[in-house]
Amino acid sequence: MIESATELLAMMISAGTPLLLSTLGEIYAERSGILNLGVEGMMALGAVVAFYITLTTGNPALGLAAAAVAGLALSSLHAFISITIRSNQVVSGLALSMLGIGLSSLIGKGLIGMPLRHALEKLEVPLLRDIPLLGAFFRQNVLTYLSYLLVASLWFIMFKTRIGICIRMSGENPRVADTMGVNVFRLRYLCTLLGGALAGLGGAYLSIAYTPAWIEGMTAGQGWIALALVIFAAWNPLYALAGAYLFGGIRVLQYRLQPLGISPPLLQTLPYVCTIVVLVAFSTEKLRRKLGAPSALGKPYSREER
Amino acid sequence: MKAVRERVLPVVVKLFTKLLAILLGLGISAVVFAAYGVDPLYAYSLMVTKSLSFRGASEVLTKFIPLQLCGIGLIVAFKSGMWNIGAEGQMLIGATFATWIALFLDIPEFSRLPLIFLFGLAAGAGWALIPALLKVKFEVNEVITTLMMNYIASSLVNYLVYGPWKGAKEWGFPYTDKFPKSVWLPTIAGTRIHWPTLLIAVLTAFLIYFLLVKTTVGFEIRVSGQSKRAAEYAGINYGRVLLIGMAISGALAGLAGVGEVCGIHHRLRYASSISSGYGYAGIIVAWLSELNAVASVLSALFMAFLFAGGDLMQVSLGLPIGVVDVFNGSILISLLVSEAFGRYKPKWRLRLK
Amino acid sequence: MTLVRMVGITKRFPGVLANDSVNFELRRGEVHGLLGENGAGKTTLMNILYGIYRPDEGEIYVDDRRVRIRSPRDAIRLGIGRVPQFPELVDKLSVAENLAVLFPEKILSRRRLEEIRSLAEKYGLPINVDAMVYELSLGERQRIEVVKALLRGARILILDEPTTVLTPKEVDTLFEALRKMRDEGKGIIFVSHKLSEVLSITDRVTVLRRGKVVATLETADTDEEELTRLMVGRRIVQRYERRKIPLGEEVLRVENVYVLNDKGGEAVRGISFTVRRGEIFGIAGVAGNGQKELIEAIAGLRRVERGRIIVGGEEIRTPRQFRKYASHIPDDRMGMGVLPSLSVLDNLSLTLYRRFSRMGMIDMDDLRRFAEKLVKRYKIVTPSLGAPAWQLSGGNIARLILARETAMGCRLLIAVHPTFGLDVASTDEVRRTLLKLRDKTAILLVSEDLDEILQLSDRIGVMYRGRFIGVLEADEADPERLGLMMGGVAVESS
Repeated sequence: MIESATELLAMMISAGTPLLLSTLGEIYAERSGILNLGVEGMMALGAVVAFYITLTTGNPALGLAAAAVAGLALSSLHAFISITIRSNQVVSGLALSMLGIGLSSLIGKGLIGMPLRHALEKLEVPLLRDIPLLGAFFRQNVLTYLSYLLVASLWFIMFKTRIGICIRMSGENPRVADTMGVNVFRLRYLCTLLGGALAGLGGAYLSIAYTPAWIEGMTAGQGWIALALVIFAAWNPLYALAGAYLFGGIRVLQYRLQPLGISPPLLQTLPYVCTIVVLVAFSTEKLRRKLGAPSALGKPYSREER
Repeated sequence: MKAVRERVLPVVVKLFTKLLAILLGLGISAVVFAAYGVDPLYAYSLMVTKSLSFRGASEVLTKFIPLQLCGIGLIVAFKSGMWNIGAEGQMLIGATFATWIALFLDIPEFSRLPLIFLFGLAAGAGWALIPALLKVKFEVNEVITTLMMNYIASSLVNYLVYGPWKGAKEWGFPYTDKFPKSVWLPTIAGTRIHWPTLLIAVLTAFLIYFLLVKTTVGFEIRVSGQSKRAAEYAGINYGRVLLIGMAISGALAGLAGVGEVCGIHHRLRYASSISSGYGYAGIIVAWLSELNAVASVLSALFMAFLFAGGDLMQVSLGLPIGVVDVFNGSILISLLVSEAFGRYKPKWRLRLK
Repeated sequence: MTLVRMVGITKRFPGVLANDSVNFELRRGEVHGLLGENGAGKTTLMNILYGIYRPDEGEIYVDDRRVRIRSPRDAIRLGIGRVPQFPELVDKLSVAENLAVLFPEKILSRRRLEEIRSLAEKYGLPINVDAMVYELSLGERQRIEVVKALLRGARILILDEPTTVLTPKEVDTLFEALRKMRDEGKGIIFVSHKLSEVLSITDRVTVLRRGKVVATLETADTDEEELTRLMVGRRIVQRYERRKIPLGEEVLRVENVYVLNDKGGEAVRGISFTVRRGEIFGIAGVAGNGQKELIEAIAGLRRVERGRIIVGGEEIRTPRQFRKYASHIPDDRMGMGVLPSLSVLDNLSLTLYRRFSRMGMIDMDDLRRFAEKLVKRYKIVTPSLGAPAWQLSGGNIARLILARETAMGCRLLIAVHPTFGLDVASTDEVRRTLLKLRDKTAILLVSEDLDEILQLSDRIGVMYRGRFIGVLEADEADPERLGLMMGGVAVESS
């Protein structure tokens, strides 16, 4: 009984990892003020690139690196358009999503159905894996373990270090940040690039660890769910952990609950509905201050001449 | 996110810059094709020649209908300052209500089609009003909410076609029964062009132009999209204007959904096969036409050409479905980048001095 | 010992000589007040000292060494700090986080927080470093700005109208802190229009008038009357000739109105007055005493916390109601009065389109003809009616707004700084236009320009700290008297 519950939890964690990675990256981007709607495309591109590189080189680590680079490349375009050109972030993000998805479809056509011999294997931690329930955290693969580290360190950086303060200032009030000597442009670039790299890694997880295979439309909207998750997590890496496993859990559970009469597609609406509810809840003055979006999110910043 | 002040460029220069951007986008796509092993020049020339053929041109016009309807609706929303990313979902809801009336309502046959149109408009408007109300009452960011509503709508459609509305005669495939002939939209002989909706699509371009330029509501929409403060200063009811803009936008997208489901598929199916990315492409239509209602006809035609071309490439050259996304994505990016260069040239000159 | 010496500072802007050979000196261990009417050049001078502007002529010496201050960063490096009038802090972060940026270390240690806290305590400005900025009052936020400047090593502190946002108790606390700083040898420049405060805190005071230094005095040797006389000059302002017309019906009634400002503090504290058709009621006062909030409340753009506003017999709660009876020439031209990306025609129609529409449709031909007439009559220079408004010069934008708001009859006209930025000829034209309108309209004029108020008004109310410090008939008013009242000195009407 406990064992199957632990196993279920392990699956939820596994399913939630790609979400978690993408969400962490987007949290950083949005905290600095940049809205990146291109996460879905970056995940898709990361997935196909990781698969291709791992397949051809036999080295999953290279595959992961390549995925991060791919995500970074796409997000650098977004950064350029949003920060340097100060154009419309919504349109830019959507365009990059389209491009990423399209490219992944094109690159992946020849890879459909190919078996992956050097996939990222699970690395279960002996002894720890046997702890009831919590053992689930130790029945994962390397990337998931990395994600635990990332949650802790990204949380720490964001809330306990000077650079985290500077990032948050850039997203709340870039003008004041600028007068205090914060390099808003550089920070926004860094955060956007980090977001792209992590999204790429999230996609890579899907194709070389979770499934592992290349399937057309692999990311299946998880990039959009990540955007929702950022809000649900109140732009906090710690809450993102819980939310990712929850939302990931829905994906795992949706077919198991079908015999109970709960239809999978309806269950799939849950993350989206929850996000809207959360958004409305956060709109009150008090909550908005504590948990709401960075005030300058999505608005381009320029140093006006006095 | 207001439009930043721009230099006034003569229309010729603007068109030229756009053309360059489109060429750049096509160029990027060409590189991708070449890497795939397909000769881009061959691919493009194929697209052009096929579109000039009877079948090709009719495909373009078929795809033009939902693109135009979504695009012009989005122009209204964007002009009022509301970033409606939800045209895709609004289409699906329109299609859903059309299906409901077509298959599941016990009413006289002759009334079905008019009711479908009515409900299609109303349902689309309603779906758009939800995020609009959230924005007006709670200041909730409409980019995220309209996006979420898309996924809720598509999940809803999938639930229906896999579940309660699954066709009795269709052996487990995820679609509903075929609609009764009374609600099939008439098509031009030999093509898939459902011409009533085509006429409506072209008409709305001019209607919306008229609305924006010659009516009080249109004027209030244009002012509100520029500045909430100025709108209130002028005595305009800002919230009400935003709601009207979104309602119009949603209604037109809903109509596009009706057109797809009554004119082409004649049944409700898996969500993505109904909306096919038209809702997102509508954003490009609006952007490309610089929010000009009359110019949207040209942009919609162009996007339809790309969509049809993408289909062609899949069928004739074996390229996967992502080809259309590559087109759309690279053209949109090029547009964004080129638009900015038009804006920033003077700054560079000043620095040189 | 001189901390700062500004010699022969001259600064020109298009059409105006903001500073004309200004000499200013700040000694060690003194609080030096800077007084002057609106437009006298105080802010410009301080902006030059803080590196925001560069002077056209003149030199600056800090610690008797010639310096070039090209940016605020240079100023800060020289030990010049500025406490802005409105605090510039990030709301959602804590005080400690806001200040953390000033230090190089990666993580703000407890020790550093203790340093900050004891520094603040030293000057009697206790701050809670763990508090979130949005929880703090404006006064507390200003304290953080002072601490911020001190943390950056300021020996010279510029305070620009610091008491605008403070309660009387907070003013006392601030002054105590300033005195402690002065006794330590710091130099403080205190820019203010509030005479009682200047007399209480400063050691010396310099008065500017129209860009020139009129006098530098020991505070102990002077009083409110002399300072006002120096600020205002011995000048007689001639009222514009006007016919004696019988006063019409009451158009605007403001009954004991209280209005809050954006930060939740009280901006208008119990104002009552009426304006009738046929008269011009002028509200004088330095910006920041509640005029903005009062006008916004009358126009239906801001909530009235207590009291009522009645225009044309109807209680006003929305801008739509206001627009039924009134026109409004706003203070904020580019943000509210004009839409830069829309065409000149659209902008001229902004508040008139309803009068040219029937059943939801606008008669564009009629509207266009009317707009062309307006352009001609008010001499608006524009390439065409279709040109976007951002192409117009500042003066033409002012003319556009004036044309639109005065062209069609209305019962009430609110004009806020209507001639700001206009050249002399246009200014005169505008004022005469307003006077002509007086016959059929009730006019509420708000201006910082004493001359404008005196030339046009039939009655004058002076706003100070959210209240009318006095209401006079035009023939009881002269520049000195108004100057005193604007500075916070209640003057009995004889």
